[in-house]
Amino acid sequence: MSAQVAVLADRDSSWLGRIFDFSDYSQLVPLVHNSIIAGAVLGVVAGLISVFVMMRDLPFAVHGISELSFAGAALALLLGVNVVIGSIAGSIIAALAIGALGIKARERNSIIGVLMPFGLGLGVLFLGLYNGRSANKFGLLTGQIVAIDTPQLSSLIIVSIIVVLALAVLWRPLSFASLDADVAAARGVPVRLLSPIFMLVLGLTVAMSVQIVGALLVLSIVCTPAAAAMRVTASPTVTVVLSLVFATGSVVGGIMLALGSSLPISPYITTISFCCYLACRLIGAMRERRGWTPAPRSTKELA
Amino acid sequence: MSVDGRPGGEQPVLRLRDGKMSFGDRTLWSGLDLDVRAGEFLAVLGANGSGKSTLLKAILGLRRLDRGSLAIAGQQPRRGSAMIGYIPQERRLAPPTPLRARDLVRLGMDGQRWGPGWGGRAKSERARTLLDSVGAAHLADKPVHLLSGGEQQRVRIAQALATDPRLLLCDEPLLSLDLNHQRAVVSLIQQRRRTHRTAVVFVTHEINPVLPYVDRVLYLADGRFRVGRVDEVMTSSSLSALYGSTVEVLRRGDRIIVVGVPDHPEHTHDVDERQADPL
Repeated sequence: MSAQVAVLADRDSSWLGRIFDFSDYSQLVPLVHNSIIAGAVLGVVAGLISVFVMMRDLPFAVHGISELSFAGAALALLLGVNVVIGSIAGSIIAALAIGALGIKARERNSIIGVLMPFGLGLGVLFLGLYNGRSANKFGLLTGQIVAIDTPQLSSLIIVSIIVVLALAVLWRPLSFASLDADVAAARGVPVRLLSPIFMLVLGLTVAMSVQIVGALLVLSIVCTPAAAAMRVTASPTVTVVLSLVFATGSVVGGIMLALGSSLPISPYITTISFCCYLACRLIGAMRERRGWTPAPRSTKELA
Repeated sequence: MSVDGRPGGEQPVLRLRDGKMSFGDRTLWSGLDLDVRAGEFLAVLGANGSGKSTLLKAILGLRRLDRGSLAIAGQQPRRGSAMIGYIPQERRLAPPTPLRARDLVRLGMDGQRWGPGWGGRAKSERARTLLDSVGAAHLADKPVHLLSGGEQQRVRIAQALATDPRLLLCDEPLLSLDLNHQRAVVSLIQQRRRTHRTAVVFVTHEINPVLPYVDRVLYLADGRFRVGRVDEVMTSSSLSALYGSTVEVLRRGDRIIVVGVPDHPEHTHDVDERQADPL
């Protein structure tokens, strides 16, 4: 960090120069080595889970969970305990509450609408009481990826492995249940059981994302990548691959771009992720106009 | 082929004895005896809340009977049995769905198993064969949310046939389909029944689209029921006794019109007539 601050001191002061500055780039990369690994790991996890966030119509739930995760992290900061544990605790409490109380979409949304400001309020309260470094406070809301230390990185990798393994096991029945709960139940999928399990996995992912991109920006990596991918393909495999590429590209790309600047990393991540979405919407619109499938019959039907 | 006759000695695909089911403290049906044999077509009629879906849930092993016994091909009902194919009613599938028609069919084959379920050329081939068998081969690569109602139901039949079932459970599969698509769906189900002697339990609130194929009717109303051939159950006297008020059953050519069912407006106007109205 101190090396970076020294570099920042003799920085071009125009605003464009503050957004993009690649002088001393090769010296800076080793400093954020941990962050880049963290970004890549998070990108993989977020890219995978975003497929289900979209299929199960949960973007709003993700936002709700991230606010409570923020509150948990803020409390941990205030009490001087591990922030990772605080944010995971908050996240899981929110995820289970939303999962248990809101089965139907409408009901779920109202519960999230009630929980979210409460969580955010608690977080603000805890931060208000906290007397430590103010960078810590702001980081929880808008991201602090540069400050990833080795123990934090290990906990991130461990949680990521848990999430990826859980998703691999759940993938097929969860797709089935997300698409069509009735038929899935008729075919023997334990639909009621899958819902809280998935919320738990989602809670873990959100908690990790909060520590890195910040509570307010979690959706940019846990929703946008799959939302973009689904615009251009209906193949389950291609959706997963694209979503992974978009999520990892946004996080790692964001870190690399932000490296030379004095600004937080989050705007770079959110902008790349948004650009992926825009591009996919454009391509998707063209594909839909041409007719989705190559068969001439369906082209006519769509037109 | 006389599917109505009772070939002796053959085990019924579905056997229900003294079945009772209630919802809260309301009895939906009780003392229900029912045998459905291979190749038989049973239509289940009755108003909303009369226990039609609950019967399906019991057959699928998702709900237990309050009393009585139920056997599917001689075995206890169990969740996800490959012997049963389930065709739900058409419903709009939300756009963010990264699945194509053939993926939907594949989920019918092994969607209940854990794991990502990638690969498997044989399974992809089988999905295509199934789609082909319902005349939907050209839809294989179409995203499910772009399927029309009729197309979706075709694909769902392929999905339901994925485990090569001995019993097809149809839960209002014609609802919100236009007349042509209703005919197409019914004839696909009929075709399967003819070629494989698959038994069909068909829940519907409108008997006319399936009337030519129905062997027997189970009519549920207000905690009571009637089982029998169409001309035994669908009569003024039988339905009046069932509802405890005057119900008139008119036969017009090859259609049955039920008039005067209390509190159930969907019976007062016929599906066919509704479709005749241009939207």
